[in-house]
Amino acid sequence: MKFAVVVFPGSNCDRDMYHAVKEVLQTEADLVWYANSNLENYDGILIPGGFSYGDYLRSGAVAATSDVMKQIKEQAAKGKPVLGVCNGFQILTEAGLLPGALMRNKELSFMCHQEELIVQNEITPFTSGYDKGEVVRFPIAHGEGNYYCDEETLAELKANNQIVFTYKNNLNGSIENIAGIINKEGNVLGMMPHPERAVEKLLGSDDGLRLFKSMVQNWRDTYAANA
Amino acid sequence: MQQTHDISPEQIERDKLYREMGLSDQEFDMVKDIMKRLPNFTETGIFSVMWSEHCSYKTSKPLLRKFPTKAPHVLQGPGEGAGIIDIGDNQAVVFKVESHNHPSAVEPYQGAATGVGGIIRDVFSMGARPIASMNSLRFGNLTNDRTKYLFSEVVGGIAGYGNCVGVPTVGGEVQFDDSYEDNPLVNAMCVGLINHDEIQKGIAAGIGNTILYAGPPTGRDGIHGATFASDDLGEDAAKDRPAVQVGDPFMEKLLIEACLEVIHSDALVGMQDMGAAGLTSSASEMASKAGTGLEMNLDLVPQREQNMTAYEMMLSESQERMLLCVKRGREQEIIDIFEKYGLKAVPVGEVIEEKVFRIKHHGEVVADIPVDSLADDAPVYHMPSQEAAYFKEFQQMENSIPQVGNHKEMLRTLLQQPTIASKEWVYDQYDSMVQTNTVVTPGSDSAVVRIKGRDKALAITTDCNSRYIYLDPETGGKIAVAEAARNIVCSGARPLGLTDGLNFGNPTNPEVFWQMEKTVEGMSQACEVLETPVISGNVSLYNQSKGKSIFPTPVVGMVGLHESLEHITPSHFQTSGDAIYLIGDTEAEFGGSELQNVINGKYEGKAPKIDLNIEVTRQKHLLDAIQSGLVESAHDLSEGGLAVALAESVFTNKGLGVNVKLTGEATVALFSETQSRFLVTVKEENKASFENKLSDAKQIGFVTDDGMLNVVVDDETIIQDDVKQLENLWRGAIPCLLKSKA
Repeated sequence: MKFAVVVFPGSNCDRDMYHAVKEVLQTEADLVWYANSNLENYDGILIPGGFSYGDYLRSGAVAATSDVMKQIKEQAAKGKPVLGVCNGFQILTEAGLLPGALMRNKELSFMCHQEELIVQNEITPFTSGYDKGEVVRFPIAHGEGNYYCDEETLAELKANNQIVFTYKNNLNGSIENIAGIINKEGNVLGMMPHPERAVEKLLGSDDGLRLFKSMVQNWRDTYAANA
Repeated sequence: MQQTHDISPEQIERDKLYREMGLSDQEFDMVKDIMKRLPNFTETGIFSVMWSEHCSYKTSKPLLRKFPTKAPHVLQGPGEGAGIIDIGDNQAVVFKVESHNHPSAVEPYQGAATGVGGIIRDVFSMGARPIASMNSLRFGNLTNDRTKYLFSEVVGGIAGYGNCVGVPTVGGEVQFDDSYEDNPLVNAMCVGLINHDEIQKGIAAGIGNTILYAGPPTGRDGIHGATFASDDLGEDAAKDRPAVQVGDPFMEKLLIEACLEVIHSDALVGMQDMGAAGLTSSASEMASKAGTGLEMNLDLVPQREQNMTAYEMMLSESQERMLLCVKRGREQEIIDIFEKYGLKAVPVGEVIEEKVFRIKHHGEVVADIPVDSLADDAPVYHMPSQEAAYFKEFQQMENSIPQVGNHKEMLRTLLQQPTIASKEWVYDQYDSMVQTNTVVTPGSDSAVVRIKGRDKALAITTDCNSRYIYLDPETGGKIAVAEAARNIVCSGARPLGLTDGLNFGNPTNPEVFWQMEKTVEGMSQACEVLETPVISGNVSLYNQSKGKSIFPTPVVGMVGLHESLEHITPSHFQTSGDAIYLIGDTEAEFGGSELQNVINGKYEGKAPKIDLNIEVTRQKHLLDAIQSGLVESAHDLSEGGLAVALAESVFTNKGLGVNVKLTGEATVALFSETQSRFLVTVKEENKASFENKLSDAKQIGFVTDDGMLNVVVDDETIIQDDVKQLENLWRGAIPCLLKSKA
């Protein structure tokens, strides 16, 4: 499986994402600069965290209008897995690939530490390596991770089992403690916590490794089924 | 309003206009001698910033020469953007600390933010990737509304800039004392990693080579910032707000990536960031260091505002700008790299043989200065020094033991002092984990950052107990270096070297200069004994307000090397049943202590004494024990003494407790701040081997699993308290103070 880690001006978790999949998981991966890129030959797309375009206007708003987003939408429509973490999640909501929006944390300040998450949906290509209801530890690092959507959308998210991760403690004001959601088709996941920062025990947790392993495993299964 | 370029050289001399720019009469005469004529307005401005204390160190230079700066592993000492130390495997660590005190006093968010930006540029301009930031902050009493504002905004500025730029803020220190009330200290440190063959220098070499300006256009912000930083902070400081720059971390992030790509091109000759005194200092220093001259055409400099004068452009401190020297004919290769990141790089001048700094604007030569005179001919002052009157008085005071009625309540009180209380409110706002190298996150003695792909890591700390230095500058100076080294050793690393951020009051006051002299003397002795050379640094003087000096505050930023990841040692207790050892004897030493402040509301008497030979021996033995795998946790004893260290070590959310038995006078045993002491835990089976290595370690008890802090002194239970409750008080103190109304 070959991953594209999409790099926008101002992305700053790009090299961490690359390190996680390339050096820790030992799969193929490229850092792909947003301009003049071609995502055709990649099997999975990772949109890393950071401050794309300095978060000017709104977090993720400028990146969402870039040319590479058109390609990401095309690849997503083909069913390829797309993971957006932190600023990547914000970009996916701004681009309309995921519903809702991320507002400023309820305490209005940035926060960074390890948090406990609950796996709510283990039947996705990203979470098949986890158990339903399992508690995992991922770092969070965001100032605007307060997930909001209207009641209708929330009802839909629930009906379709689109809520993938929730926070054990409501730390940022997110509606229903939502930490990560998936699209209806089940191949685009956005989440505020950082799985790529949780791939080595040395740094406090390797609970995130299974997320990337799940992606690889599911790609292999699909590939084998198609072969 | 008269335009500055209309002001004639004669008028500058006649009306002594140079004084407003910060030059003294004597200095102006020196300028005339160098120029062999009267300088014009732009030239006078250029001399005044280059000869400001901030750029020339004219009063501190004679002292700075005393610091040991050399060692076999030092690849670059003071003089470049940052110092460099070899860490083996063709790798080196680059680091420096810098102050942004005056800007932060009038515009705390931007002052702190641009302080972070500036020090990061110093590091990547050497060709290094910035891998960690630290800071050292001082504020007044946290019950004061203005202090709360300054504190919140400074932390916000550091977070806002550091988080966006993608360099983890891995730790730091914050202390609160009245002396900083109107003059907070904001010292930022950056650490970078580099391969030996990638080290850049800020030189403009090769006659005919091109000078490129890279980054956003120049505006009128920060004009005369370096001069502003070299003067007393007056009560009308708010009018100086335009001298504070505005930062754009997004721009800086692009600049980092572009510059780190540019260093791989052999078209690059040298590069330097435009920091204090902007275009003036970067351009003249690059030529001076290369032994060349430099000619620049200001019409080519990108400008953000209309009708900027040469004076304004040369003195602007607009942020996120770099100056590069590039081989002639190969400019486009470099320009293309900057363009990839959406950044402008434009040729603005060239290297010339004649050793002059020549500036053209609108077809006229507006400055023509012998280039070496700016850096090398700056005056050096040997200021009068006089032992502070208070010092004699303090030295005559006996070491007395403060009266503590209830030790349990006193521990609770101490844990809630802002200087001791948890700084989680601060560091939770910093992205401490980006770049995925942070093994030990903020809240320990040292932060630890691993080096990817190698079995090694770096320990980083900032430290300075300015109370001891106020009481006794020489002893306090020794303690500052020793304590930083203790932090590094406790984490399992060998101290490599340090960067110093010297913050003092007005040096024209002989008692302040005496403080500077003695502090540097003490620090230098400790650097020699502990084998930690000073590889870079910064001096910030005139830190005072309402006529009172700040406590002398020489911030020590130290870096150490873990020779294996296995050596990384936590500062918190790990497992129930582990034996707790105290290394070093305890005496009645309360001068400058937290207890003295709580009980007497002031600092007086003698600072705790320190024997550097005992210090270095203990540190070496402890490091040996850690490297031999005998130590589960190690923490140094500092503010609040043993009782506070015990409590901090057990705040781990693991339900652990402590059972210790001490001897002697209870207040001394618990709260004295005697130096060179460590709190260490050891597994039962390693006790004998550990004791063999550390002859002055005494077992004082065990880690328990009952969540209670139990302290017995001479068979009497002195403290019996619930760890969770203590931890809540300690964690809640700063948020609580910030919410309460003054």
